[in-house]
Amino acid sequence: MSHAWDTIIIGAGHNGLVCAQMLASAGHRVLVLEASNSVGGFAASREFSPGFVASNGAHFLHQFSDELTARLRLERHGLRWSAVSLATTVLGAGRHLRIQGALVEGASEQDAVRWQQLTARLARYAGFLATVQRAIPPRLGSVDFHDRWSLLKMGLRLRLLGRTDMREFLRIAGMNVYDLATDELDDPLLQAALGMDAILGSNFGPRAPGTVLTMLSRRAGETGSANGYRVPVGGVGAFASALAAAATAAGASIRTNATVAGIVVENDEARGVDLSNGERLSATRVVSSVDPRQTFISLLGTEHLDTGFVRRVDHFRQRGITAKLHLALNALPVFTGVPKSQLGDRLLIAPSLDYLETAYNASKYGEVSALPALEISIPSVNDHTLAPAGRHVLTAIVNYAAFDAKNGLPTARSTLLSNTLAVLESVAPGIIDLVSASEMLLPMDLERENRSTGGHWHHGDLAFDQFLMVRPFPGAAQYQTPVRGLYLCGAGSHPGGGLTGLPGRLAAEKIQRTDP
Amino acid sequence: MSKNRRQQHDAIVIGAGHNGLVAACYLARAGLDVLVVEKNDYIGGAAVSRNLYEDFTYSNCSYVCSLLRPEIMRTLELPKHGLQIIPYDAGCTMMRGGGHLALYDNHDALRREIARHSARDAEAYDRYSRDVMRQCKFIRPLLLREPPDPTSFKPRDIRELLYLSARFHGMGEQRMYDTLRFWTMSAADFLDEYFESEIVKAHFAGSSIIGTALGPRSPGSAYVLLHHYMGDIDETVGAWGFARGGMGSVTAALTSSLRASGGDVRVSAPVERVLVRGGRATGVELSSGEQLHARVVISNMDVKRTFLNCVEPEHLPEEFLTAVHRFKIRGSSGKLNIALDGLPSFPAIPEGCPALRGDMHITDTLEMMERAYDDWKDGRWSRAPYVDMLIPSQIDPTMAADGKHYMSVFVQYCPYELADGPWTDAKRQAFGNTVVDAIAEHSPNFKNLIRHMEIRTPWDIEREVGLTEGNIFQGELTMDQLLFNRPVPGYAQYRTPVRNLYLSGSSTHPGGGVMGAPGANCARRVIADFGRTSA
Repeated sequence: MSHAWDTIIIGAGHNGLVCAQMLASAGHRVLVLEASNSVGGFAASREFSPGFVASNGAHFLHQFSDELTARLRLERHGLRWSAVSLATTVLGAGRHLRIQGALVEGASEQDAVRWQQLTARLARYAGFLATVQRAIPPRLGSVDFHDRWSLLKMGLRLRLLGRTDMREFLRIAGMNVYDLATDELDDPLLQAALGMDAILGSNFGPRAPGTVLTMLSRRAGETGSANGYRVPVGGVGAFASALAAAATAAGASIRTNATVAGIVVENDEARGVDLSNGERLSATRVVSSVDPRQTFISLLGTEHLDTGFVRRVDHFRQRGITAKLHLALNALPVFTGVPKSQLGDRLLIAPSLDYLETAYNASKYGEVSALPALEISIPSVNDHTLAPAGRHVLTAIVNYAAFDAKNGLPTARSTLLSNTLAVLESVAPGIIDLVSASEMLLPMDLERENRSTGGHWHHGDLAFDQFLMVRPFPGAAQYQTPVRGLYLCGAGSHPGGGLTGLPGRLAAEKIQRTDP
Repeated sequence: MSKNRRQQHDAIVIGAGHNGLVAACYLARAGLDVLVVEKNDYIGGAAVSRNLYEDFTYSNCSYVCSLLRPEIMRTLELPKHGLQIIPYDAGCTMMRGGGHLALYDNHDALRREIARHSARDAEAYDRYSRDVMRQCKFIRPLLLREPPDPTSFKPRDIRELLYLSARFHGMGEQRMYDTLRFWTMSAADFLDEYFESEIVKAHFAGSSIIGTALGPRSPGSAYVLLHHYMGDIDETVGAWGFARGGMGSVTAALTSSLRASGGDVRVSAPVERVLVRGGRATGVELSSGEQLHARVVISNMDVKRTFLNCVEPEHLPEEFLTAVHRFKIRGSSGKLNIALDGLPSFPAIPEGCPALRGDMHITDTLEMMERAYDDWKDGRWSRAPYVDMLIPSQIDPTMAADGKHYMSVFVQYCPYELADGPWTDAKRQAFGNTVVDAIAEHSPNFKNLIRHMEIRTPWDIEREVGLTEGNIFQGELTMDQLLFNRPVPGYAQYRTPVRNLYLSGSSTHPGGGVMGAPGANCARRVIADFGRTSA
């Protein structure tokens, strides 16, 4: 039976686009279907107020490897950087310090040395984890050559860390970042900076065991690029556009405003999709970059799955507790004590680990943080296309807001907005008066805006029980699903969220290996 | 022949807690001349029965006996030496506002009771207990084995690693995934996968927080839940029981078993330091200045107390000392021992219900437990604490005079250090009152029955028992401190950087609880090493 398409990809998020480019390059006839009117998903940019552009989700690129950038020829397809190798400035309690990789300014000499040593040590563990991230997770108990070889390689690489490092890695991997940071460092801002790397976009406070793993995963993603934190000209959305251009150039077709209503199953095999306008598109295989719950429950339907599997889908934890703030500012704000030249940095408001933990408490009880922790970008400092002349855009990732807002969404939204503005005002007096427009997107808003169940930045918590061969859950952890011809390629799959392109890439590799 | 005063022994064990005694018993049975030295004027460490008020007997630290390994009971003939365990046949959780959930031994009764809260949960219960038991069965054989060092190439370690992976593999693919998840997830997430009723979840989550500085939502707390289920009494897996005569009966039986094998215990003999010569432990010096010499010294104290207080730092590698400093041993539990004039009534529980004779918990929801943990994080005792109480005098008339009752109240959470400065008598009393008020909400006549109350904070537990920070497990049971990481990576096999100095306490694998496994494992290691050196 011949089909109109070899591969239909649901969702033009960055992982869907990476997967599309790679399969199209391999000769597939690929169609990408995107429900909204533009590509990018969490990586799209849009005008939230006339003349002011912000990205829907991520506001930095730091985990997309140089190798993949070159392979997809993104620079040829229009990707330009407005800033690279951004430093991190951590603010809190009337002081600040600045981190550039292993170097830190503003901390005690002793802490600066310790930070350097710790960074070097963590880089070795991140290097190991990066090799794990870049491979298809092995199945356990399998007799398949690839699975066994992959497990063996993992074990050997762990051994190659050497005895001291291997021991230390096996100890800290299961630990919480609070203990690690307080064991290693004295400066509360430096401790909190490490803590932020563990909790951004995740569902934990720094005291939760497993947060060293999330912190290392982030660092592992960062090992692939020499350019550190960077922002594309035109915002992160320009990165998504370049990906789309690369996919198109490779021969893939992309249709926006095309909402998939369901996956067509014939003879227990995925054979295409139905669009919400009634149109049916047939294909040899369907690859879903949308979150696992939506894929299996809404689009496929539980009638095609056994109960044990449905239970696993049901238990996948994917409720986001991270919010996003967009501010249109009439002028560049002044952050007390911070030179103007540092305002293009990645700015963190994270005074201490206890501050982060207290902020997290609220999210456990259906509330928003009274004093939220923030990761801030003012991209207009380096890119004038994002705001009218002389004006600025400030975007912030705001931790935390419970998914289920106890007092209703509108109240939670306005409470978190005023709490966040108050925190900003405390480090940048006068900033509230500069605000001409604001937008606070709670997890429930992100769910709606980005069509991602739970509004989770990573499509699902990154934690040991949703990691590697159990991500998103057993039975779907190698990009294949129980339904033949249906694959996953989104952030719900290994190695998880962040703008890495890896789930999309590994899914494409899996398809080429098993079902070319 | 008076062994007490003899100056040269084969082995000296520091601390007459249950693990120290277990280790001593095994060594004595192997023919070694063993002396246990104990700082207090009574034997037992945290497994004691104490007479602190009139004729009431308090199990004033540990209060349940479920984890004690049956192999140890049998080998050391503890029943012959007077140990009798009475299993609870029920328990319950009481909610504010009058609701309750009773837990019965009888499976049908239990299902009917759960169905009262949720029919779906009653269905799920069988699945839940099957899955938990599967994990118990996987882990129990590992309790009495030495964890292998994964970085080692020694045949013994490789053999043990292969044994572990073979057992793991034997579970089958799906079970392996379930096991990976179970060992790392939070109790709240784990329970959410089975139950919908808040009270059912809260009841089962109780054991995930007892003794640990984690909340039910902290990843890794599902394992702690399991840790409390690993025991078995009379082949009933997960059963909790009460030692007749109080928990001191456990250590009394061990002492009797030890003496029968020729070993002895010397009380009121606090150790000042371990004597080390040429990198080898040669004995101990008591605070009286008296020196006792032995070929092997076994410390049953926690790893911090052993190496930070009793061994001079020049005998220890710097990385080891750093690791000991970083060992997490956090006080999070308090205890009230109460002498009562009569039996308190709990109107929410039907009269005559066996649950009143088992362990009774006070909690409503996971949220309440999580908030209790938040208080601990902020350096104060939980304003609405999780309470695990028991009136053993109902089953065991030896605990109190006729008509009187002894009540053991375990409280989670209570910090070792308060945010507003050190513990004082007034603060201790205020902590006690918080707990008493929480109980009185469920028992209108409770306050009037109180004749005497001993309030123990982690600070008190440290001072009296010697457990650092008052941590009842001699160290947190988190992933970074389990198996080959416990207590220090590279030293998880009961040996230490000082030759002939061993650890036998709960700081070592498999951790705390009145289990005896660390002591037994340590003794096996000593006997193996000794055999080699004397051969």
